[in-house]
Amino acid sequence: MSRLTEKNLVLAKEIIARYPRQKSALIPLLHLAQEQTGFISREAMVHLGELVGVTSAEVYGTASFYEMFRFEPIGKYLINICGTMSCALMGAEELMHHAEKRLGVKAGGTTQDGMFTLAHAECQAACTEAPCLQVNYRYRLRVTSADLDNLIDDLQDGKLNDEIPAHGVLSKVRQVIPADRAVGAVAPELVTESPVWLNGKAAL
Amino acid sequence: MTIVDPEKVVVDPNVVNITINDKPVLARKGEVIIAAADRTDDFIPRFCYHPRMSSVGMCRQCLVEVETPRGPMMVVSCMTPVAEGQIVRTATDTVKKAQEGVLELLLANHPLDCPVCDKGGECPLQDQAFSHGPGESRFVEEKRHYEKPIAISDIVYLDRERCILCDRCTRFADEVAGDPLISFTSRGNDTQVLTFPEEPFSSYFSGNTVQICPVGALTAKPYRFKARPWDLNETETTCTSCSVGCRIVVQSSRDELVRYQGVDIDPVNWGWLCDRGRYNFESVNSTERLTTPLIKSDAGLVPSSWSVALESAARIIRHALTNGADSVAILGGARGTNEDAFAWAMLADELKINQRDSQLGDGLTPEIFNLAQATIDETCAASTIILLAPDLKEELPVLYLRIRDAAQKRNSRIIEFSSHDSGLTPYAWRSVAFEPGHQAQTVRETLETQEMKEQIARGEVVVVLGRANLAENEAFTLHALGELLHAIPNAKILPVLRRGNVRGAVAVGLTPQQNSGDAIDILTKAAAGKINCLILLGANPLADVADSILVKQALSQIKSVISIDTFVTSANENADVVFPAAAFAEKKGTTTNLEGRVSNVSQQITPRGTSRPDWMIAAELGLSLGIDLGVSSLDELHKKMISAIPGFSSCDNQSAIQSDGVLMVHEASATISRGSKVLVDRNSYSYRLIVSRTMYDAAQSTITSNSLVGIITESTIYVHPLDLARIGVVDGTNIRVGVDEINIVLPVRAHNGINRGTAWLPYNHTNVDIRPLLNIAADVIDVRIEQIK
Ligand code: SF4
Ligand code: SF4
Ligand code: FES
Ligand code: FES
Repeated sequence: MSRLTEKNLVLAKEIIARYPRQKSALIPLLHLAQEQTGFISREAMVHLGELVGVTSAEVYGTASFYEMFRFEPIGKYLINICGTMSCALMGAEELMHHAEKRLGVKAGGTTQDGMFTLAHAECQAACTEAPCLQVNYRYRLRVTSADLDNLIDDLQDGKLNDEIPAHGVLSKVRQVIPADRAVGAVAPELVTESPVWLNGKAAL
Repeated sequence: MTIVDPEKVVVDPNVVNITINDKPVLARKGEVIIAAADRTDDFIPRFCYHPRMSSVGMCRQCLVEVETPRGPMMVVSCMTPVAEGQIVRTATDTVKKAQEGVLELLLANHPLDCPVCDKGGECPLQDQAFSHGPGESRFVEEKRHYEKPIAISDIVYLDRERCILCDRCTRFADEVAGDPLISFTSRGNDTQVLTFPEEPFSSYFSGNTVQICPVGALTAKPYRFKARPWDLNETETTCTSCSVGCRIVVQSSRDELVRYQGVDIDPVNWGWLCDRGRYNFESVNSTERLTTPLIKSDAGLVPSSWSVALESAARIIRHALTNGADSVAILGGARGTNEDAFAWAMLADELKINQRDSQLGDGLTPEIFNLAQATIDETCAASTIILLAPDLKEELPVLYLRIRDAAQKRNSRIIEFSSHDSGLTPYAWRSVAFEPGHQAQTVRETLETQEMKEQIARGEVVVVLGRANLAENEAFTLHALGELLHAIPNAKILPVLRRGNVRGAVAVGLTPQQNSGDAIDILTKAAAGKINCLILLGANPLADVADSILVKQALSQIKSVISIDTFVTSANENADVVFPAAAFAEKKGTTTNLEGRVSNVSQQITPRGTSRPDWMIAAELGLSLGIDLGVSSLDELHKKMISAIPGFSSCDNQSAIQSDGVLMVHEASATISRGSKVLVDRNSYSYRLIVSRTMYDAAQSTITSNSLVGIITESTIYVHPLDLARIGVVDGTNIRVGVDEINIVLPVRAHNGINRGTAWLPYNHTNVDIRPLLNIAADVIDVRIEQIK
């Protein structure tokens, strides 16, 4: 069972309340679910559907559109090595080979201990710093094989716990919007006044 | 010469003048170009556009050119609204090139397995590749591959390789059916239609997605590999599986039914069908069908000839009549045509049999047909639709689609009065719950509130009226209606009674005559030994009448039973004579739907064996009894019927009857007054029963349809989750349900749509017979629900 925990349910309700339509909260809720288990389980999707009033099929349809949502258990650290042009020219392929040898898994695989998942990635928009990679979406630039070894050592030793949380955690500091600060967008069907820039008072 | 004063020319503000390929076209304001073009000869190719759903512009096949100040511009004609003076060209070189390009791309990943594809021959992709495609492909790479068809429900298969991602099925499921159980998943080249993993596309309307899929990606089990479109014969007719009366085409191959498809008519079904109506044709093909008359012998029922069977039936009736006409009764007749019912009513008139009823104790008094009536269209255009009816999604599925559409996309508001949540509850503006028996009071109090008064005052009000709960006296519904009509005297009624042609059967006289009793009275008299002969017209009281103890008692007392049926059933297996009846699609005639719309049913295949239409059996039996009904052909019978029955006097318009149907002539003459039935309160330890039908119950036509029989679920009782906790068992445990000395054991489940203190028991499911609990003489039924220790 990986429905949302009691604690996360409280957060979920807070997130849902930010939107005029419940189902608009789906993406942040999917992140919450992914944070809880490292991936998005079937039960979590069912639970989210119940929370925002859509079918599980709709939750799955939405979630599966996005690459960063995973539906199978993956490693605590997801290492994405860029393989697009600039990085390829600067040795991404060798880096991948090295990573495969070091971790003992092929690209796409997860290590036995559940610590690492290795994956190919397309351009990460850091071409000037090629070759580059991301660990749980945190950049490492101009990476050499030695850098990679050090990175893996540090992750294994827990030295980077402060910087890089486990897969699924979006940020170390959770976004909090106190109720009195929430803008609380008005549901479109309830909007009666036209926006100020359309009310014809100001010269445009 | 008439002189037109230009000042007086009224310009219809809703008409927009455009030209399509240089020909002037009158378009409606707000419609899209492709819709206007569909009324001309210029065909714009399309895959995703569907006139009954919102446009999404998914496939880009419908590109056309529209003149703009900067020259011609390419637009998708299914997303672009018409505008005054718009100039549209659908076949310029640029348009042709664009359309060919789109088709080439659509075909890039398409497997082109037309020779083994069910859609081949009637496939929009095949046809339009031929008419609007480039003829060849430049794509030489490996195509995308998926596992060949995967079952996404008990009925529907999905072949993702063939899918062109038009969003018709997914849009239908979401927008029309309200069951978004299929969805586009993944992205880009991987985009595919899927259900949630391991959760079937269990929609009551799934067959429509198969019908509207523009390729062979969705196929249905009952038709897969059965026939090729060019081998099919077809005829247009009306579904009589329920009283909505959807228009369909019935298709056959080698004298076997193979498929029903929905026909789009404005007043009723808009092209949609429910899965039960669409797939229960398998029952007509069933090998268990009766093919010869049967008569009782020492060895049980044995086949006989028509002449022998008719003679023995005549002998039985003649003998019974010696004790007076009141010792003979007729039950049923609501499942055949108007003409079938009329012929039997004529025979009954001749024999002075007044005890007849086509409703089987689960309907309402025919008086409701004499109240001011609304059509389906009028209902869906009303400002307020009041539901005092069974769950329409379960019982009258396509009416559910229409009313859902009215509430979702139009301006109607639903006020629902119900004992438990129904398929329409999520769409209701207000859903007011009542405990069975208390509806009159609930209606009265609800309508007194200010917000209700304001809503009612907004415009037309239509009450959708039917019998929701089989474990409750009919009077409670009528009293609630009395309250409604007292508060809203102008409200019109849409009567929603069960069984395909109940309205026609009542109109022609298969309803109690000369103040004789209804089906329940007849059975009660029979149980007291006062009925000698019972004639069953396609009715099985053992399945249809809630109170099985009463029916068993009655059947054991009745001396002889004559049954006209398509199958041997529990009710006629001990009959004296059983006549094999021609089934739907094996006979012609007309039928009347719930709003009183008369339309034709037509014959597509030869009746199985020696079976005959009911009307012919009535005429023949008449002759054996020395009575000439004076009908030797269906035409004659039809003419006789429309001259004899005032309600049908509008029915001589054959072309209308063969398309949209003709509304019965009707006069509002009845009044329903408020009543005050006093009800004993439920003691707090018991649960008040709600018994109602679901779409897939053990109906004869469902259990004899191979593709549907597996969907029928076992008898289960549903209670509120807190009541489940109070009973002290977990979901799905077998419990004991009892009334007085009678106990049954069946599983209990929690259901959020059930109110506390009540229990919902779907009728006529398999495994456990719940009918012994249903004493029809009781006002309401309160049961004990206990753990089995
Ligand atoms: S399965 Fe058919 S209807 Fe559904 S998206 Fe694919 S092509 Fe369209
Ligand atoms: S709704 Fe009724 S009439 Fe329409 S297809 Fe279903 S069973 Fe037939
Ligand atoms: S190519 Fe690697 S970041 Fe752009
Ligand atoms: S029919 Fe217009 S885009 Fe598909």
